Amino acid sequence: MMHWIILPVVLPALLAPLIGFVMRHDMTLTRTASVAGTLLLFAISLGLVLLAADGETHVYRLGDWPAPFGIVLVLDRLSALMVVLTAALAVIVLIHAIASGWDARGWHFHTLFQFQLMGVCGAFLTGDVFNLFVFFEVLLIASYGLMIHAGGTRRIQAGLQYVVANLAGSTLFLFALGAIYASTGTLNLADLAVRVAELPREEAGLVRVAAMLLLVVFAVKAALFPVQFWLPGTYSNAPAPVAALFAIMTKVGAYAILRVHATAFGPEVPATGDLVGDWLFPAAIVTIAIGAFGVLGARRVMPLISFSVIGSMGTLLLAIASFSPGATTAALYYLVHSTFAAACLFLVADLVVTRRGSDLLNAMPATAQNGLFAALFFGAAIGMAGMPPLSGFLGKLLILDALRAPEVMPWAWTAILVGSLLTIVGFARAGSELFWKSTSIPLPVASPGEAAVDAAVVPATPGATPLEIAPAVLTIAALVGLAAFAGPVAGYLEDTAIQLFDRAQYIGAVLTTGGEG
Amino acid sequence: MSHEGYLLLFIAVLPFVGALVPGVMIRAGRTACASFAAVPTALAFILLLMLAPSVMRGEVIQAELEWLPQLGLSASFFLDGLGLLFAGMILGVGLLIILYARFYLSHEDPVGQFYTYLLLFQGAMLGIVLSDNILLLLIFWELTSLSSFLLIGYWKHLPEGRQGARMALAVTGAGGLAMIGGMLILGSIAGSYNLTDILEQGDAIRASDWYMPALILILLGAFTKSAQFPFHFWLPHAMAAPTPVSAYLHSATMVKAGVFLLARMWPVLSGTDAWFYIVATTGLVTMVLGALIALFKDDLKALLAFSTVSHLGLLTMLLGFGTQAAAVAAVFHIINHLTFKAALFMTAGIVDHETHTRDIKRLGGLRHLMPVTFVIGTVAALSMAGIPLFNGFLSKEMMLEEASHTYWAGSAYAVPVMATIGALLSVAYSLRFISHVFLGPQRDDYPHKPHDPPFGMWASPGLLIVLVLLIGVAPFVADGIVATAASAVTGAELHPHLKIWHGVTPALWMSVAAVAGGVVLLSAHAPLDRLWAAAPRPEAKAIFHRLVAAVVGFSRWFTEVTHNGAISRYLAIFTLASVLVGWMAYRGSGLPLPTRGLLPVPPVIAVGWILLIAATAYVVVVHHNRFQSLVLIGIIGLMISAGFVYLSAPDLALTQISVETVTIMLLLLALNFMPQMTPKESSMGRKLRDAIIAVAAGGSVGALAYAFMLRDVETISDYHLANSYEGGGGTNVVNVILVDFRGYDTYGEIIVLGIAGFVIYALMRALLDGPAARRLRTLEFGYNISKDRHPLMMVVVTRVLMPIAVVVGIYIFLRGHNQPGGGFVAGLVIAIALLMQYMASGFFWTQARKKIEYHTLIGIGVVIAGLTGAGAWLYARPFLTSSYTYVHWPPIEEFELATAMLFDLGVFLTVLGAVMLMLYSLSRIARYAGETVNVEPMDYDPGERAEEKVEA
Repeated sequence: MMHWIILPVVLPALLAPLIGFVMRHDMTLTRTASVAGTLLLFAISLGLVLLAADGETHVYRLGDWPAPFGIVLVLDRLSALMVVLTAALAVIVLIHAIASGWDARGWHFHTLFQFQLMGVCGAFLTGDVFNLFVFFEVLLIASYGLMIHAGGTRRIQAGLQYVVANLAGSTLFLFALGAIYASTGTLNLADLAVRVAELPREEAGLVRVAAMLLLVVFAVKAALFPVQFWLPGTYSNAPAPVAALFAIMTKVGAYAILRVHATAFGPEVPATGDLVGDWLFPAAIVTIAIGAFGVLGARRVMPLISFSVIGSMGTLLLAIASFSPGATTAALYYLVHSTFAAACLFLVADLVVTRRGSDLLNAMPATAQNGLFAALFFGAAIGMAGMPPLSGFLGKLLILDALRAPEVMPWAWTAILVGSLLTIVGFARAGSELFWKSTSIPLPVASPGEAAVDAAVVPATPGATPLEIAPAVLTIAALVGLAAFAGPVAGYLEDTAIQLFDRAQYIGAVLTTGGEG
Repeated sequence: MSHEGYLLLFIAVLPFVGALVPGVMIRAGRTACASFAAVPTALAFILLLMLAPSVMRGEVIQAELEWLPQLGLSASFFLDGLGLLFAGMILGVGLLIILYARFYLSHEDPVGQFYTYLLLFQGAMLGIVLSDNILLLLIFWELTSLSSFLLIGYWKHLPEGRQGARMALAVTGAGGLAMIGGMLILGSIAGSYNLTDILEQGDAIRASDWYMPALILILLGAFTKSAQFPFHFWLPHAMAAPTPVSAYLHSATMVKAGVFLLARMWPVLSGTDAWFYIVATTGLVTMVLGALIALFKDDLKALLAFSTVSHLGLLTMLLGFGTQAAAVAAVFHIINHLTFKAALFMTAGIVDHETHTRDIKRLGGLRHLMPVTFVIGTVAALSMAGIPLFNGFLSKEMMLEEASHTYWAGSAYAVPVMATIGALLSVAYSLRFISHVFLGPQRDDYPHKPHDPPFGMWASPGLLIVLVLLIGVAPFVADGIVATAASAVTGAELHPHLKIWHGVTPALWMSVAAVAGGVVLLSAHAPLDRLWAAAPRPEAKAIFHRLVAAVVGFSRWFTEVTHNGAISRYLAIFTLASVLVGWMAYRGSGLPLPTRGLLPVPPVIAVGWILLIAATAYVVVVHHNRFQSLVLIGIIGLMISAGFVYLSAPDLALTQISVETVTIMLLLLALNFMPQMTPKESSMGRKLRDAIIAVAAGGSVGALAYAFMLRDVETISDYHLANSYEGGGGTNVVNVILVDFRGYDTYGEIIVLGIAGFVIYALMRALLDGPAARRLRTLEFGYNISKDRHPLMMVVVTRVLMPIAVVVGIYIFLRGHNQPGGGFVAGLVIAIALLMQYMASGFFWTQARKKIEYHTLIGIGVVIAGLTGAGAWLYARPFLTSSYTYVHWPPIEEFELATAMLFDLGVFLTVLGAVMLMLYSLSRIARYAGETVNVEPMDYDPGERAEEKVEA
């Protein structure tokens, strides 16, 4: 009996309401429960990684109903990886949110945070496309709550855009599910894979439409062109720790594309094989360009980071578009890397922006600990831009190496390399403005008039405590560790990718065996 | 791995480990920092010397650690002749620079940082020359770009430093990225990223179709790093760095990385026409151009920077010739250039440090004031000029010798003439350095009274000019290392003999011409300088900045135009994209034949259908009026519910109708705080555009639905129908699906509802803390507010309805498993009953009678549902496994107890709590908006009046 598999969903789902209605009046209790729960989730997820390491596809049948009639959870290397990544990121972000006091600036932060984790873990673990929709809803509504945490006109405006764009995605998701159910009669992913594979191409019109609509839905989450528009405004205006947590949200989209499209609509499926990659590839190229231009043209720090996230998603999906185990290994490595890199940037930016009082990229007097922040930003930026010695460089090399088939190489390489250059220049400009030029600006003299008003608006904030700096340092440490142990990590990811593309194993485990539940 | 291999690894790692220390020791002072930087450098240097004898014997020391085998990346290093030469230079000069910088930097500078950056750079540079894996080499290559960015921008308060740093990073970074492409192609031709393997496959690589792309991309990397025309412009601007950095990075080591790479790849890439014409020509042009610009630079460091550009061009040209003799000359000149140029930079630094200026026009006559500096500077400059008995002469002669018999596109004169001109210019600017700084009359307007620096500052350049003289007089001392390095470059066993006198050769005459011409040119410097200043010439820095500004401007324009924040546009694009990809996907295939016919349409249904369409169309017309739209949406919802009833889906109808009721009620309440009308913002054209998009999308969805309603397919629902009673214990299959087959979905959905409650509450609190609260306080409700907000009739009716509604709710809940109903609907029904109380008697009155908090309701609901699911674990069943039994409690008839009901109770509580929390949030807003609190159930109570009458 392997109830471990469902714990990443049930644990936060039980904890969140308890925090919400029992502990909501006591911040210390709330924080303790939230941290303890997240640490426990991390421990559980490590257990799941160990469980999945045997290479089996573990199936958990909810309600003890046989697949495909009930809902199943599926744990394999990929889902274990995603869950452990979520939990690790959550621990780091939570420390930051607490240390910086963000969690106390609005209501129900920890409740929503736990629900968010439940939604993300649920999406990673499910083996049912309708259930995926349900968890998309859970994580959407929770993320909306987190996004508008602490309020403010601009944030609430941006939040509206976020929720509207994603609700549009959800609606399309329903259309796609309708088409899938009407044309195959099933919602279970493994069963779907079996039935789609049997369809002759000439009769697969509905399934093909559904496959592409699903791609659009997942692309909205993954911020892929042309449905990436919501991301910059959302991430730039979200509370920084939330933006850092959202680093995993775009990955939910990427994961869903990998999971659903590789399993049910992959290249070897006659009905839909030619579709997905062909659309994904050019869209990813444009996404990289949008990200790079956005980084270079940014006037503010938060949008700069947001666009760099778009660029990284473009790079990731470029690798995914190949739908081959080799490229997927590279993609997964880059996925893990870019999650921590994006989180790191947002966490560092939060330390700086709260002390500067503005995220405008202009020279203002240097804040306390300018040197420390500069060093952290430098580390985070080279992580995101994909420069050595951090893991981004290896990730990029892996992707470039994987995409050397002559028909994709010129486009892919040009996009990635030129995109990197623009990103590097963009970050260098921003960093030199924020941390170097600021040292040449004298502190405002407290004279009557404008300066005094400024000083009143931007009070001199104290330096960051070690606990505030720790999460940013942890993310950089993650990038260092990912680079240093690239060999073993890539080994695991290679097995993961091979398992993902072993459709027969997946289908067999879900549909025929007794399972573990 | 051999013992020597471990030593090699240790050498490679030492600078990085050492880099941590000075940064930490920053408070200990300059000497401590310098010492802590010197120790790892010296240690690495000593270890290198221990390995040197084996390498000089022709051995290659190798070390390998596995890193990322999936990619073919390993941490493998090797030490051959070329590596030994460069590693020696990097570590040797590194030591001298550490010493020099100790005296050069002031105690106000963050010295610890400086040494940390310097050691990082040293490690990266050492990595480049020792890498046996081209991917590893790329890593170190980019690391040198990054560490040099930090070093150039070291004086971060100076704009030149920041700009110079960014420019260097952009140019060398771009080259580095190009090189990534080149190296990956190279590796893919050779089938390995190991340098040793690649070096053996020269013929295969040169024959490959991919040779040209690889060559060009790799050369881009090398040329940008080594400041070759037209990428030379970043180097002079990098001179904003402190002088020790200029001496180390920008003359001795980093800029030679490009040359090193050309030398490293020489056996693989050279020997083709493309190599000769690209590399040799670029080198030649760079050599002449750099020398020409150097002659007219007044800033000492700029002069030296352009001279460095020129000498790098010379090296590139020699390697481009592709002959073994030229390679020997290149190796020898690398050593010679290192000695005199580093000494010259340090001299310039000393002059700057002592006189507080580097402007040649403000200097002159320093020979008596700074005699030691004068000697050092003069010896080094004479060597740079290529005067006999100094080492620069020897390698320049070899260069001219090679140039003299090189044909360029059939011409015998092009290369020799240009090389002589380059040498001539070199003589001129070298002599200018001596005469305009040290010679001439002593002045009395130096910004600072100069004198010789302390010994520590001139020790390093002093040691270097000893080498200049030693090699210059007794060149055979360098035989060994030149032979070893040149053999490593060419891959052939070479034994060159370096000597001063080669007899009367063409090279000698070219040299004589160069020296004579140089002296003449210098004597005419003043008028030439005026001419130069007047001549129009492209300013590389300005071009670069314009280019960057243009790209940034475009990026900004592009980003701001595309991401303009208009949600309507984003949605339009999303909708169009969905329709487009859906259509494209469909186009590639078709549909099976329909299996169902169309059903007849009875008149009643037609009426409903028309009502639905009409209401929808009317929403489009009146959507500016929010109230009317809401009413129409209510009609649409009702029609849909009716449709469910007609199509025999009572559960759906029940749910739909209660959801409709609750949402419309809540929306009506919310409407209270919003403007009555939405503003008219769209132009006619936009409306047309939107109409087209909407029709396309709606039509597509309709077509999709039509397509699948005409076709049967075997679905999993058959199983649900068959097993609902047997397995799920319920005859209402919809409910069994909801709470059992797919109870997990329901679990997720009630959580969504619960979260929505929490979010609305949090949002309300956030709003009421913000500017919205102020707006609410000043909100005027205007004409439409009733004088009798809590009318008697409504109060009475709702009170009467309350128990009935509760009973109906309980009934619906209990029958749910077997008949239409269930927790969800029951929750909504009770919520409606409560909602009505709030509407009738006002929020405050009702709230005072409420016994349980809504947060708690949601919480308990979600927890009950979760625990019910988890309860199955006790029976070793998966989450949400249901169980049921039939019990008989007299006098009640036998009835069923199912765990699914407990789950349904969770659903019920969550739904109720969420709806009520939403209402609570709305009423909080109303309180802010100035709604008065009523403590009585109704505004006008006739009963009270009757009592008053009685009392009266």
